[in-house]
Amino acid sequence: MTTVTVAPAADGVRPATRTLPLGRALNEALRAAMEQDPKVLIMGEDVGRLGGVFRITDGLQKDFGESRVMDTPLAESGIVGTAIGLALRGYRPVVEIQFDGFVFPGYDQIVTQLAKMHARSLGRIKLPVVIRIPYGGGIGAVEHHSESPEALFAHVAGLRIVSPSNASDAYWMLRQAIASDDPVIFFEPKRRYYEKGAVDTETAPGDPHRAHVVREGRDATLLAYGPAVRTCLDSAAEAEREGRSLEVVDLRSVSPIDFDTIQTSVEKTGRLVVVHEAPVFFGSGAEIAARITERCFHHLEAPVLRVGGYHAPYPPARLEERYLPDLDRVLDAVDRSLAY
Amino acid sequence: MSTDAVQLLTPDGRRVRHPDYDIDLSHEELRGLYRDMVLARRVDGEGVTLQRQGELGLWPSLLGQEAAQVGSARALRPADHVFPSYRDHAVALCRDVDPLNLLAMFRGVNNGGWDPTDHGFHLYTLVIGSQTLHATGYAMGVAKDGAETAVIAYFGDGATSQGDVSEAFNFAAVYDAPVVFFCQNNQWAISEPTERQTRVPIHRRADGFGFPGVRVDGNDVLACLAVTKAALERARRGEGPMLVEAYTYRMGAHTTSDDPTKYRDSAEVEEWAGRDPIARLKAHLLDLGAADPSYFDAVDQEAGELAQHLRARVRSMPAPDAEAIFRHVYADPHALVDEEREAFRRYEANFAVTGGN
Repeated sequence: MTTVTVAPAADGVRPATRTLPLGRALNEALRAAMEQDPKVLIMGEDVGRLGGVFRITDGLQKDFGESRVMDTPLAESGIVGTAIGLALRGYRPVVEIQFDGFVFPGYDQIVTQLAKMHARSLGRIKLPVVIRIPYGGGIGAVEHHSESPEALFAHVAGLRIVSPSNASDAYWMLRQAIASDDPVIFFEPKRRYYEKGAVDTETAPGDPHRAHVVREGRDATLLAYGPAVRTCLDSAAEAEREGRSLEVVDLRSVSPIDFDTIQTSVEKTGRLVVVHEAPVFFGSGAEIAARITERCFHHLEAPVLRVGGYHAPYPPARLEERYLPDLDRVLDAVDRSLAY
Repeated sequence: MSTDAVQLLTPDGRRVRHPDYDIDLSHEELRGLYRDMVLARRVDGEGVTLQRQGELGLWPSLLGQEAAQVGSARALRPADHVFPSYRDHAVALCRDVDPLNLLAMFRGVNNGGWDPTDHGFHLYTLVIGSQTLHATGYAMGVAKDGAETAVIAYFGDGATSQGDVSEAFNFAAVYDAPVVFFCQNNQWAISEPTERQTRVPIHRRADGFGFPGVRVDGNDVLACLAVTKAALERARRGEGPMLVEAYTYRMGAHTTSDDPTKYRDSAEVEEWAGRDPIARLKAHLLDLGAADPSYFDAVDQEAGELAQHLRARVRSMPAPDAEAIFRHVYADPHALVDEEREAFRRYEANFAVTGGN
């Protein structure tokens, strides 16, 4: 990805490190990117005066105007398709899809056009478009508002797919996504929007496609991204009380995947449990399991196990806690891994 | 033929006036349009022949649509941008795109590969109607830039059934985008007639979206030029989009893989043959005394030479090297692509020829 250059704050008095909710960090990232590059645009339904249904674009239309923060008609294919046209004209559109389950009218434009145009033009066309998608469950929402469709995008060459789990990554990975000359599908863990974390807006970030070991451990590796990272950290804390030492790796990127970091961790612990909210069947965990089995065959003490959603429509809100991976299901998988 | 279509040349080549859309061209300009259409027909015919000879995998013929394409393309300024479908070879030629680029795509050498910024001619789009949104977005960007550029999107009657086309109409209207929607209604979407796509004449769709739509005789190159020029000027003045429905006919098959005898009546094809766009302009040129038989012979000869040259270049076109599979998947390095390319290299190296010949 293209390097993000850190510009001084417009008001000159912004402290370098602040504690921000994840959603607010995204808002600040959008603001910083728009201040830095006049070609950055925001497009989507209700992103203007309302500031988006999650207020991620709050205040931006007021400060940057309607030409740069564009309320669009209610049509996802139209939004993505016109974003492609704007990118062809030299703009850098950041598209907000209101909810995960509503991306599909735009899926055709993303898969057949956005992902392939660089290759089709033999590298002459670049489409620096970011598609922001609030995803995942746990918020008691109605149908189509809690899904995790990342695997449906990861299967498509030409797209970069990232998902931050914390405020600092939210800020920097969105900055990096906007700076990237490739299309990026940016999955935001909506149930973590209000979780606070330290954000240093002046220290240049590392590679957004590199996984981070967020907790060291010896007995098994838990791997997750987006909203499930917090679940895994909580599980590891609980396991520690039971005398088990679990390593937690935050994948951060679903395309490409940093297999090296996972491999290093698995060579140390000998066990891997992959956790995501998306259905297990054909989910990203399947790809990770296959690759890590190939890379770490002689280090594995147990098969790679997966914890995730079921092969069923995302359930009504009153059942979602039974569907989502939680501490008990993660630790149950750890038990099964350690039983080998 | 609908009576409300704008027409400046009758099928027998008689020049008629139109109150809203008229145009005065010099003899030289008229001859230029004739030459464009003849060259396009010849290049297109060469595409069909090369497919039959196994040089191309597929070719979608534009036969019968020369006037719609040349007339509209010659209304454009150099700085304007074109978002084509996949049958708009005459538009490409008018924009000075090397036809070898078009043939390369249908030969399976690449999936496009020309630079849209060279001639303002974007890549062909095979997903029906998608490009209308790209054109609209591009036009929205033009409006933001305050530029004098206009944008044109080409699509067919079948595409009007796609949601993307309706979304493009709506976005263009809502944002006053300087885009002209140029629909070549050639009556057939593979085997489906226009009645299967729409219950109202296509140009009337525009009204519901809040911008003007007009039907033009798509086999009349003068009318296509006049109407498109007016629509582009309107867009440049900031008056928003317009829909032009060029009412024409697909004389050939959908593509070389198609057999239209299975679904359409030869009488209909013969009827449209009598409205041939090239014969029509030729009659007009003779009528005006703007060209003589030696001129027509010269154009035919030029077309023949162009086709011959193209044939030789297609046949000598090198196959892409296998590693092109991994090239330009991303603009920046991507670990998975790098890893798979390396594995591919190692595997292919097993088959490397060693030793002498």
